[in-house]
Amino acid sequence: MTGAALKTPANDAAKNEPPMDYNRGLNYDENLLWEKTQTDHPGVDLAAPKNTPLRTGQGARDRIGLPQVSEPDVVRHFVRLSTKNFSIDSGFFPLGSCTMKHNPRLNERVARYPGFALAHPMQPASTVQGTLKVMFELQNWLAELTGLPGVCLTPAAGAHGELAGLMTIARAHALKGRTDKAVILVPDSAHGTNPATAAMCGFKIRVIPTRDTGRVTVEAFKEALGDGADVAGMMVTNPNTCGLFESDIQTISKLLHDAGGYFYCDGANFNALVGKIRPADFGVDVMHINLHKTFSTPHGGGGPGSGPICVSEELRPYVPNPVVLHENGSYRLEENGERSSSCGRIKGFQGQFGMHIRALTYMMSHGADGLRQVSEDAVLNANYVLSQLEQDYNVPLAGPCMHECLLTDKVQKEAGVTTLDIAKALIEHGFHPMTVYFPLVVQGAMLIEPTETESKDTLDRFIRVMKDIAADVRNGDVDKFHTYPQSAPARRLDEVRAAREPKLRWKN
Amino acid sequence: MRYLPLTAQNRKDMLQAIGAASVDELFKDVPKTAFMKGLADLPMHMGEMEIERKLGGYANENHHAGKGPFFLGAGCYYHHIPSTVDYIIQRSEFLTAYTPYQPEIAQGTLQYLYEFQSMIAMLTGQEVANASLYDGATAMAEAALMAMRVTKRSKVVYGSAIHPHYHEVLNSYLNNIGAEHEAHDGNLDDKTACVIVQSPDFFGNVYSYAQWRKKCDEAGALLVVVTNEILSLGLLPAPVEADIVCGEAQSIGVAMSFGGPHLGFFACREKFIRQMPGRLCGETVDADGKRGFVLTLSTREQHIRREKATSNICTNQGLCALAFTVHLSLLGEDGFKTLARLNHERACALADALKAAGFTVENESFFNEFTIRLNGDAKAVVEALTKQGIIAGYPVENKLIIAATEMSSEEDIAAFAAALKGATP
Repeated sequence: MTGAALKTPANDAAKNEPPMDYNRGLNYDENLLWEKTQTDHPGVDLAAPKNTPLRTGQGARDRIGLPQVSEPDVVRHFVRLSTKNFSIDSGFFPLGSCTMKHNPRLNERVARYPGFALAHPMQPASTVQGTLKVMFELQNWLAELTGLPGVCLTPAAGAHGELAGLMTIARAHALKGRTDKAVILVPDSAHGTNPATAAMCGFKIRVIPTRDTGRVTVEAFKEALGDGADVAGMMVTNPNTCGLFESDIQTISKLLHDAGGYFYCDGANFNALVGKIRPADFGVDVMHINLHKTFSTPHGGGGPGSGPICVSEELRPYVPNPVVLHENGSYRLEENGERSSSCGRIKGFQGQFGMHIRALTYMMSHGADGLRQVSEDAVLNANYVLSQLEQDYNVPLAGPCMHECLLTDKVQKEAGVTTLDIAKALIEHGFHPMTVYFPLVVQGAMLIEPTETESKDTLDRFIRVMKDIAADVRNGDVDKFHTYPQSAPARRLDEVRAAREPKLRWKN
Repeated sequence: MRYLPLTAQNRKDMLQAIGAASVDELFKDVPKTAFMKGLADLPMHMGEMEIERKLGGYANENHHAGKGPFFLGAGCYYHHIPSTVDYIIQRSEFLTAYTPYQPEIAQGTLQYLYEFQSMIAMLTGQEVANASLYDGATAMAEAALMAMRVTKRSKVVYGSAIHPHYHEVLNSYLNNIGAEHEAHDGNLDDKTACVIVQSPDFFGNVYSYAQWRKKCDEAGALLVVVTNEILSLGLLPAPVEADIVCGEAQSIGVAMSFGGPHLGFFACREKFIRQMPGRLCGETVDADGKRGFVLTLSTREQHIRREKATSNICTNQGLCALAFTVHLSLLGEDGFKTLARLNHERACALADALKAAGFTVENESFFNEFTIRLNGDAKAVVEALTKQGIIAGYPVENKLIIAATEMSSEEDIAAFAAALKGATP
């Protein structure tokens, strides 16, 4: 098929024809809001203004250019758009390192209680004891689960938590007079945010190579550490991005601590440990927790997230402000400047409270017993997938894995089918692809994280499709892979064109 | 255990297929000493009913904005949210989707992000906008960092009446990289990367930008305009003089929710897009030539640049951006402007009522928030009014910063003016 032959709104516009829809069954071709029928009245009924003289010291706003669409059309527009999305509610989402687990609706209900949703962040503490209690209890749950007693809930996302954690480390060194602590050690398998965050905090980065081993070895660590004089800390994800537990971590963290450095653990993979293993017990000093991963707050198509940090007693004085305090039977936020050792404020107000309440609801639903089962089932599911696919795909690093397993396209690539093609074939078969081409230390990586909320039946269906793909490649039936997906709401998109001629907004 | 589908038999069968005797065998790389002895010291699992009872009780301990007269703003505003908004953002396909990295199955998210970017660019009078940032305070800090990248200069100058949280976040971000910053005295120099002007400022005063534009041009600095009440852009002229316009868009479609999640927005001139922080969605075509959308210009982003990154932002506030886009679609051009004017008129009515009660309004200009002077400590007055079920505003020494919105009724205004008069000497 070629673009010219298709009836599309863009082609119609070129021919000066009125816009219309080109639907195929339930596959809707939905125009932009500005291209829809415009009405002469808002979709919200408002009181009539009195048009009294303005006290703004300025004239009134001229034309903005916003669309004007009726309420029924707005609803239809967004519902139709929604049908073009894959979601965890509609299918299996084995996206490695992203923990796409079931998002319980109870969390949504509780977050919408007016007492929570209509609370203002700057109300007097006496009027918001309920919200402060939620935050305080969440602090306690996270402290117990990580073994790290100092919790600060303000970071807005995982990367923001990294920033908070590294600022905490920087502040600790600064106040202890260790001015030469300027380097953060980061393995080459780390998430891109780790080195980016260290740079944003003014640190230099020294890379620990893990390419051959998939793990940080004591040897490689010692080499990167040197005499340790300039090392402020290290950022390690554990389990790491290859889905493996860093088996030498206790030795490594001891060496780091002896050199006066702090161990920052990226908590992206906490789902493998929750309720069973405490990071403090393998040497972690600071860790951010992605509430939107481990604790099931919805990803929302890319946020809002929430990335609280948990720190050791030693680092507690330095975390960002404010934290919630409980004194004399009541709760309050820290006053500004009350804790002068703090590394400062990193966000307006006190964090993504709407995510805090959802996460606490989820934790209470599982309890201590359920959370342990979460990590055990997550690890079991990943190992099951690995065991069923290791005959068909290259496994670059020997298992057992933790909550995600790593495969590559090494075998299939020889026949011209790459990781990207396999990902698009999965879309064609109704699955969301795994994480592709990450971690970078493995060529053609496919990182599969099933999570604990998938049934064995779902896993078996996924395994079956993955096996069929491998079989087709073995049998030389490969041409079709370059045409996938064919049945999705869109075919492969031209990303080069998007970047070369950026078109970032609608213009009349 | 209602969220865990595996049966005991499943677990047994799967372990057998793996060839492991127990689940703990799968954890063999974890040092023995790192395992918890028994369960965490936390409550056991609970049913929905028990949780609703417990957390519903916590919610009921709050005196929320719906319970009585409410005049607190200070960067977070109590507005009405149409029912459609919450219905749309709870659609599974939006709520439980991931970042749209697989565009073939994420056109829903990508198209509304494109619409969101278009709306923000129009509202701010700028050429382009990103797909949102965490909140207004971090957006402003990112604007300062971006101005430093564009100008290759290191000094940031700002007004003394910016929101205190925005100020503190800016301090934190700039201190991290050792950059210079100071409140402005009107003198810019050849080290100045940008001037930040907040309008309306923390006390509600409205500014125009022609003078600042001139000074910035003379010094070769960028002009950054910040607003934490995006609704003001429905009544005030667009800040077309600015190089970057950013701030907080919570007012349209997003609940106050005790401070988050809210919605940072960020717009700028097109020539700066490669220095912009945050996600960008762009238009393209698919293999059939059909219009489609993708995340683009990702070479700016941390996951590609790693230690060379200029920003560590990895996410946006997708669902909040959706709430904004739905609410603004419902309002449309006319509704948005009408809502802005109603807010201003409610604030004017409140100012008149307070003047009649003997208070002095400090502002020469305002949108929906202004400052009055009290005889004495405003914090004590705010506390006193909570006893009458009134949330009065934000106290700063002997000043009280007060916001009115379309939610402020005649009765609320009258009750507030009378109570405030009664509570002050």
